[in-house]
Amino acid sequence: MLNLGYCKGSMSTASSGGVSDQFPAGLRVLVVDDDPTCLVILEKMLRICLYEVTKCNRAEIALSLLRENRNGYDIVISDVHMPDMDGFKLLELIGLEMDLPVIMMSADDGKNVVMKGVTHGACDYLIKPIRIEALKNIWQHVVRKKKKNEWKDLEQSGSVEEGGDRQQKQSEDADYSSSANEGSWKNSKRRKDEEEEVDERDDTSTLKKPRVVWSVELHQQFVAAVNQLGIDKAVPKKILELMNVPGLTRENVASHLQKYRLYLRRLSGVSQHQSGMGNSFISTQEATYGSLSSLNGLDLQTLAAASQIPAQSLATLQAAGLGRSTAKPRMPMPIVDQRNLFSFENPKLRFGEGQQQHLNNGKQINLLHGIPTTMEPKQLANMHHSAQSLGSMNMQLNAHGDQSGSLLMQMSQQQSRGQILNEATSSQVPRLPSSIGQPIVNNALASGVLARNGLAESGRGTGFNPVSQSSSTMNFPLNTTAELTATSFALGSAPGVPSLTSKGMFPEEISSEIKGPGGFIMPSYDIFSDLQHHRSHDWELQNAGMTFNGSQQSNSLQSNVDVASSVLAHQGFSSSQSNGQGRNISAVGKPMFSAGDATDHVNAQSLGQPLNNFFAENLVRVKTERVPDASLQTTLFNEQFGQEDLMSALLKQQQQQQAGIGPAENEFDFDGYSLDNIPV
Amino acid sequence: MEVGQMQRAWVEYTRSLFREGFLDAQFQQLQLLQDESNPDFVAEVVSLFFEDSERLLADLTFVLEQQNIDFKKVDAHVHQFKGSSSSIGAQRVKNDCIAFRNFCEEQNIEGCLRCLQQVKQDYYLVKSKLEALIRLEQQIVAAGGSIPMEELSS
Repeated sequence: MLNLGYCKGSMSTASSGGVSDQFPAGLRVLVVDDDPTCLVILEKMLRICLYEVTKCNRAEIALSLLRENRNGYDIVISDVHMPDMDGFKLLELIGLEMDLPVIMMSADDGKNVVMKGVTHGACDYLIKPIRIEALKNIWQHVVRKKKKNEWKDLEQSGSVEEGGDRQQKQSEDADYSSSANEGSWKNSKRRKDEEEEVDERDDTSTLKKPRVVWSVELHQQFVAAVNQLGIDKAVPKKILELMNVPGLTRENVASHLQKYRLYLRRLSGVSQHQSGMGNSFISTQEATYGSLSSLNGLDLQTLAAASQIPAQSLATLQAAGLGRSTAKPRMPMPIVDQRNLFSFENPKLRFGEGQQQHLNNGKQINLLHGIPTTMEPKQLANMHHSAQSLGSMNMQLNAHGDQSGSLLMQMSQQQSRGQILNEATSSQVPRLPSSIGQPIVNNALASGVLARNGLAESGRGTGFNPVSQSSSTMNFPLNTTAELTATSFALGSAPGVPSLTSKGMFPEEISSEIKGPGGFIMPSYDIFSDLQHHRSHDWELQNAGMTFNGSQQSNSLQSNVDVASSVLAHQGFSSSQSNGQGRNISAVGKPMFSAGDATDHVNAQSLGQPLNNFFAENLVRVKTERVPDASLQTTLFNEQFGQEDLMSALLKQQQQQQAGIGPAENEFDFDGYSLDNIPV
Repeated sequence: MEVGQMQRAWVEYTRSLFREGFLDAQFQQLQLLQDESNPDFVAEVVSLFFEDSERLLADLTFVLEQQNIDFKKVDAHVHQFKGSSSSIGAQRVKNDCIAFRNFCEEQNIEGCLRCLQQVKQDYYLVKSKLEALIRLEQQIVAAGGSIPMEELSS
């Protein structure tokens, strides 16, 4: 199922992931880039640095490689712009799942893109073209991360009581002091944790307790425990027992429970902050940041728990959702983190097309910016629909960021979520819009529209319980408009995925142009112009180049052009050699390259004629290339571009050619091109 | 042509390519990566580049031929082309791509079409020159000589 495509290179054997003695030699690098040229160059450079290189041209392949062999790689280098998955999303996923250092690279050196790298947790950002010097020191990121993890482990391992403050401070300091572009999200996450939990923390001890990160899994356990006990009976002590998580304290659970209760209250419509039903979604955008995400985050959890969504996909969804927020530097994962649900930047840009696929979804993106105009009618309809169907639908506008609390996650990256959704259930997502009549969809839409509390189903997960796992995944993005947007993103990107294969399929065969003998008219030309005494040699080369294949046509075309200009040069057309030829090439080249321009072909023809004469004098064989100048041009186009238009252009041109050089055959395939066909 | 002559031709030709801006320092990086263990490295990479570029140019042409031009796609392709051409050191092509992207941002159809022509032109130019260069290298090696890379730095 996995299309490994082109993934050569030394696969690092599974190991404990320890560092070899000759460190950094042997560093296991995974390179991901859809550009085959760059990939090969990078591989070579990394090998020269004595690293072990595995290369991938698809993000999905990279992910599967990493998942199969979590300890098999030390560092990942990934391109930003890839067709199947955005590099930043890959970055997040890797950070979440494998916690490996990731270096981003791109030909794009715009500040915004680089900033994205930073905020998404890339440990470095390289601008293409990459020089080997830049690669020599990437091992530092591996070391740095290792050290950071060691400190974190120490901190969490229970030595807190003794030096909790100190150790924590140490690791945090280490985090802060290490370069900003490295794991900064962990810092910000931690910071936010403190901010949110401080007021609720029960200071029963004087010691600073280790931060509890309410990760997806943890929250799931929490919700499961609460459900098991029954929301009324769920007391922190019992929840704690059920959860059975070492290191978790009753206070942690208590504060978490408090937030959870608030969230539930909002869900069931008991909340005091009520705005008009119909218009709630209009003003949704204002509420977006805080409430929406939080609710959705928790819904996600609930859903996950209720529907037994695999933690992984849930995590990834959330992670993706947290994806790129430039508004807040926090990074994904823990529910506690809140990120701007509506990240206004690239997701919108990148998946603009995808938005069209689903009206709601598409509009949702606009909603992000507070312009839900197009969304309204549909969402109103959905609202009503869902209201009817669920009865307890409550269009509440939750405009309170404080409510969101640390519990709930903001899904900021619709795009990434969409993509994740796409990955998770690519077949499911498209059904979303069509299932309007179903509660799930309604919920999704409604919630999306109505500031996310739309999950007005009476029970937390009841509305979604009957949902099978596959469809429940659809709910995730639906919880918020962002999520819906995410869906649209998924859809938008879905087509991208299959198209990827064409790119992903790394062509094994290499063009024979370089390697094959002969077929190089150009060599003769260039050497000819610069080193005239090599003329005889040139002609030989030209002869050798007589056998054309399709891929060589452009070559021969260029050759023709160049030879033409060299001829012209010799006829005194240009002053200086190389430059003049360059100019001539331009002059000739322009008409040659404009597709379907008969006039231009005629020009070329007239150029070709004196050339033909010249070559006729010198070498008959060369002339055969000359004759079909025009046809070569169009042939070139035919090969590479749309055929129909060019066919007609070519035919027209053929007619024009009658009076010209001679009846050039309509030779689109030069393989069988023989000299005899050309009248001398 | 004897080896010495070919080697001198190679040096002179390579220098001219750099001088005229067809290739830049990145290409030198590639040349430096080539060694005995991988004597065809440059040829391989260049081949890959050609293949990829032909496809990119075809895609670009196709997208620009549409009634409603999808500038995002155009930009994506051009960006890709910029990346690969810069990695190979095809300087003119890379610069053309930069200009191209500006027109994309402006959604200037006329400008984009012109850029497309320009980038194609420069691509085919550098392609033929690179092919010539590599052919010459192969001849040198076939004749028992070696590529005098060190002479380039002088």
